[in-house]
Amino acid sequence: MLKQLEGSRAVAEAVAMCRPQVICAYPITPQTHIVEALSAMVKTGDLEAEFLNVESEFAAMSVAIGASAAGARAYTATASQGLLYMSEAVYNAAGLGLPIVMTVANRAIGAPINIWNDHSDSMSQRDAGWLQLFAETNQEALDLHIQAFRIAEELSIPVMVCMDGFLLTHASERVDIPEPGQVDAFLPRYEPRQVLDPDDPVSIGAMVGPEAFTEVRYLAFERMRQSLGVIESAAADFAKTFKRDSGGLVRPYLTDDAEIIVIALGSVLGTVKDTVDDLRADGMKVGVLGITTFRPFPAEAVREALGVKPRHVIVLERALAPGTGGIVTADIRMALAGRLAPRISTVIAGLGGRAVTRKSLRGLLEQDDLDPLTFLDLDTRLVDRELQRMRAARRSGPSPENILRDLGITASGIG
Amino acid sequence: MFQVRFHGRGGQGVVTAAELLASAAFSEGRHAQAFPSFGSERMGAPVMSFCRIDDQPIRTHEPVTEPDALIIQDVTLLHQADLFAGLSREGYMLVNSARGFAELGLDEFVSGFHQDRLLVVPASQLALTHLGRPLPGAPMLGGFAALTWAVSLDAVLAAINEKFRGPVADGNAKAARAAFAFVRDEREALTRKAQSPKAEADA
Amino acid sequence: MPYQRIKFYQTGSFAVGNRLLDENQRSVQSTAGRSNALTCGHRACQGCGEALGARYALDAVHTATNGKMIAVNATGCLEVFSTPFPETSWQIAWLHSLFGNAPAVASGVAAALKAMGRTDIRVVGQGGDGGTVDIGFACLSGMFERNDDVLYICYDNQAYMNTGVQRSGATPPAARTATTQAVGREPGNRFGQGKSAPLIAMAHEIPYVATATVADLRDLEYKATRAMDFRGARYLHILVPCPLGWGSAPADTVKVARLATESGLFPVFEAETGEVVSSTPIRHRVPVTEYLRIQARYAHLFRPKERTDVIEKIQAAADRNIRRFGLLPEDLSAERAESLAPATVTSPERR
Repeated sequence: MLKQLEGSRAVAEAVAMCRPQVICAYPITPQTHIVEALSAMVKTGDLEAEFLNVESEFAAMSVAIGASAAGARAYTATASQGLLYMSEAVYNAAGLGLPIVMTVANRAIGAPINIWNDHSDSMSQRDAGWLQLFAETNQEALDLHIQAFRIAEELSIPVMVCMDGFLLTHASERVDIPEPGQVDAFLPRYEPRQVLDPDDPVSIGAMVGPEAFTEVRYLAFERMRQSLGVIESAAADFAKTFKRDSGGLVRPYLTDDAEIIVIALGSVLGTVKDTVDDLRADGMKVGVLGITTFRPFPAEAVREALGVKPRHVIVLERALAPGTGGIVTADIRMALAGRLAPRISTVIAGLGGRAVTRKSLRGLLEQDDLDPLTFLDLDTRLVDRELQRMRAARRSGPSPENILRDLGITASGIG
Repeated sequence: MFQVRFHGRGGQGVVTAAELLASAAFSEGRHAQAFPSFGSERMGAPVMSFCRIDDQPIRTHEPVTEPDALIIQDVTLLHQADLFAGLSREGYMLVNSARGFAELGLDEFVSGFHQDRLLVVPASQLALTHLGRPLPGAPMLGGFAALTWAVSLDAVLAAINEKFRGPVADGNAKAARAAFAFVRDEREALTRKAQSPKAEADA
Repeated sequence: MPYQRIKFYQTGSFAVGNRLLDENQRSVQSTAGRSNALTCGHRACQGCGEALGARYALDAVHTATNGKMIAVNATGCLEVFSTPFPETSWQIAWLHSLFGNAPAVASGVAAALKAMGRTDIRVVGQGGDGGTVDIGFACLSGMFERNDDVLYICYDNQAYMNTGVQRSGATPPAARTATTQAVGREPGNRFGQGKSAPLIAMAHEIPYVATATVADLRDLEYKATRAMDFRGARYLHILVPCPLGWGSAPADTVKVARLATESGLFPVFEAETGEVVSSTPIRHRVPVTEYLRIQARYAHLFRPKERTDVIEKIQAAADRNIRRFGLLPEDLSAERAESLAPATVTSPERR
C-alpha cells in the first residue's frame, strides 16, 4: 500500500512486519524515530515483542547477542558514536555467527561532534564481519530490512542496513508498504543453527588458540564470499514477491556506453543520477554505478558493470581513510587489479552532512583534469587561515573552534 | 518539479508543515519529498524544511537552493542573511505577518518579483483564533494553496485531518480555510488593481 | 580385624559432603545424581575458590530449576579455565560473549525466552569481580534498573586474576596486586577506594541480594536456591579466594574464606528490595591479623616490620562491618539499627 512516510517510520513498519522477538535500542540521533516508533508498536500490542530500553549501545548489541543466541529474532539500530561504542560487541556478534539485523542511520563520527550524515560510521566497521547493505531511497531502506533478516538467518551472519541519517531517516517520501502476508511468505520463522537449549546444552563462545583460529576465520571469510549469491537470490525472490527491484549487489544506471562512470553508495545516488541526466542531455556520455552491497565487496559484479568502455571512473566517497584517502576506492582498485583499468579518481564529498549538490557534481564532472584525490567544495580559505594560525603560535587553540569562529556560525546555512 | 523552502523557528511546526505539504501532494497522486534541515532539538532556533513536488519520482536529496516558493513562518528571521537565497524572479513567497511588506521593510525587495506572488498572511493570528495556539503551519499551507495552486485546498485539509485528530484537526482546518480565503482575496484585489490602474488612480 | 577410627565429621555433621544424612538434609553436592553443571577436567588452579563456588552455586540452581537453566559467562578465569578449545566442562547451555557485557547478554537471553513463551527456563549471568564491578558495571546496573529476570553471580577474588593479578574496583585496601605493588611509602592498594557491589545492588532495590563464601557451602547452596524463588533481578556475591593471587596455600582456600567472615571483613547477609533481612553471625571472632597473615598479598604489612597503622585501619573497617550488619548478636548498636532497616539474625540450620 502506498503511503507518504518518514523514512524512519517506513523502516519501523517494515521491521515490525518481520516479527522481531527482541528489540533493544539506545537512542542516538538520527535513529531515534525508528526505535520510538517500534517501542510504541510494542506498547500498544500491535507488535508482539520484548522491547528493552538499554543503558548504552554496548548493552544494545549485547542484549541482541543474548537474544539471538537463545533463538529469538533480534533487532537493534544505532549510528555514529553509538556504533563505535558497541564495536566490541559488533565484532563479537559476527564472530559468534548470530543473525542479528541492525539499522545504521549513517552519521559522521566525532570529534568534532557532528550529527549529520556521512558514511564514516559504517565504514569504521567494515572489517567486523557483518554484511553491509546501503539503501538508496526510503523504499529500498524498508525493503532491505525485509531481505536482511532472511539473508542473515540463511547465512548465520549479522547484517547492517545502512541508510543516510536525516537525508533518508527524516525525509518523508512515497513508499510502498508491503502487506503483512507478503512478508510472512518471504521471511520464514527463524530456525537457529546454534541455540542455547537446556535440553540439548552446548557451550558457545569458547576461546580458540593459534591451533584453530585461522581455520575459524577462514570459514567466516568463505561464508562471506558465498553470501554474494545469497544476497542476489534474496533480491531476485524479493522482486518476484513484491514486484520491484530492491537490494542486490550493484545498480548500474546508463553505464552501457558511458565513458565516465561515477560510483557511489546511498542516497547521494539520487542527486548523482539527476546530474547525469542533465549532462547526458548535453551530450556527455556519463553513467552511474550504485553499490548496494558493500560487504562483502561485489568485485565481480563491479567489474561486469563497469565493463571496458569507461576511460574515467570517479568514486564519490562519503567518508575518508585518514593517512591514505578513499575507502571504497581501495576496494574498486582491488577489483580492477590486473586488468586494463580506467583512470580512477577519488572525490571525498558530503562529510559531516555538507550537501552534495547537482551544481557541484556537474562542475566536478565537467572538469577534465581531476586530481587523484579531491575534496568536493573544500573551502581553502578557511583551511589556509587555520594553517597560518598554527604556524604563528604554538598555543593556536582548538582548530574546529577557530574555524567556526572564522565562519561566524550561528545557525546552519542552506547549502 | 515544484520546490518549496520553509523558514521558521524550532517549535513552530516548520518540519510538520513540510510534511503536511508532502502529504497533500501525495493525496493528489503526486510524488513528494519533505525533509528538515536542523540540528539537535532546540526551541527557538532558526530551522528550515524543504518540500519537493513532482509527477515523476524525486531522486535528488540536496537541499532546495532554488525554491519556486518560500514560506516564512517567523518575521523575526526576515533580516537574516540568505533567507531569500535562490528565489527565482517567477517565484512565490508567503510571509506570516499581519503587516504589509512596506512595514516589514521588504518593499524594495519584493518589487523585483511578481506583485501577486509575494504576499503576507496573518497565519499566527488566524491560528490563534481558530486553534487557540499561534501555530502558523496549517494556515500557511492554506494560504500557499491559494497562492500557488501547487496543491488544492482540499488536499491540504485532507493532510491536516490525517495528521491531527479532533479539535486540533478542526482548528487547524478552519485556520487553513481562513488563510486560503485571505490569500485568495488578496490576490484578487491585486489582480483587479493591476487590471484597472486608472480606476485606482482616480479613486 | 583392623580398627578404623571413625571421625566425627564423617557421621552426624552438616558438613557439605556428608552422604550419610537423610536425603532431605543432604547438600546438593552430596546427592548421588548431582548435575555437575561445571564438571571435572577444567583447568583451574589447585585450590581455586571460584571453581569451587561456581560448582556449588550452579548445581544448586540446576536442582532448583529442574535443569531448565542457561548460563551467560563474562570473560575471566571461570570462562577461560572451563572452555579450553576444543573442550568444555559445562554440561549446561552456556554462552560467553565479552568481558563487559555478561549482564546485558543475560538480559537478552531472558527477553528472548519471554518472547518465546519459555519463562520456565531461568537465566544466570556470571563473572568475576572485574567483569562485574568495573567493566561490566554499566550493564549490571542497567539489568538491575530494568529488573530483568536474571540471577547474576559475582565470583569475587578481588582482582583481575586471569590476566595476572591486577587491581580491580573490588581489591581491598593494602592488598598487593601487580598494579598496586608492595613498594613505596604506601605499599599495596590505596585506602579510600573500592566499591561494595552488594550495597550498590541493594540501592537498586532489586528483589534479592545476598553474599556468601566458599567457607560455608551449605549457605552458598541455600542462597543460590533461594534466589531462584524470586523473579526479576537478583544478585549473589560470593567471596572466592585465589591461592595464586592472594598468595595463600591452595589447601587454605576454605580457611581463608572463613577467616574473612569471622574477622568481619566480609559480611554474609541477605537483602530483599534494598533492606537487609538476615545476616550470618560471627561464631568465633578473630582479629584481622589472623586473616591477613596467611596471605602473601598482605606480607608487606608484617615484614620487614609490622605496619600496625595500616592493620588498624583494616581492623576498623572490619569493626564497622560488624556494627553495620549486626554480625555479633550481642553487639546490636544504635548505629547499625539506623543504617540498615530491620535485620533478623538467623543461623543456617534454622532456615
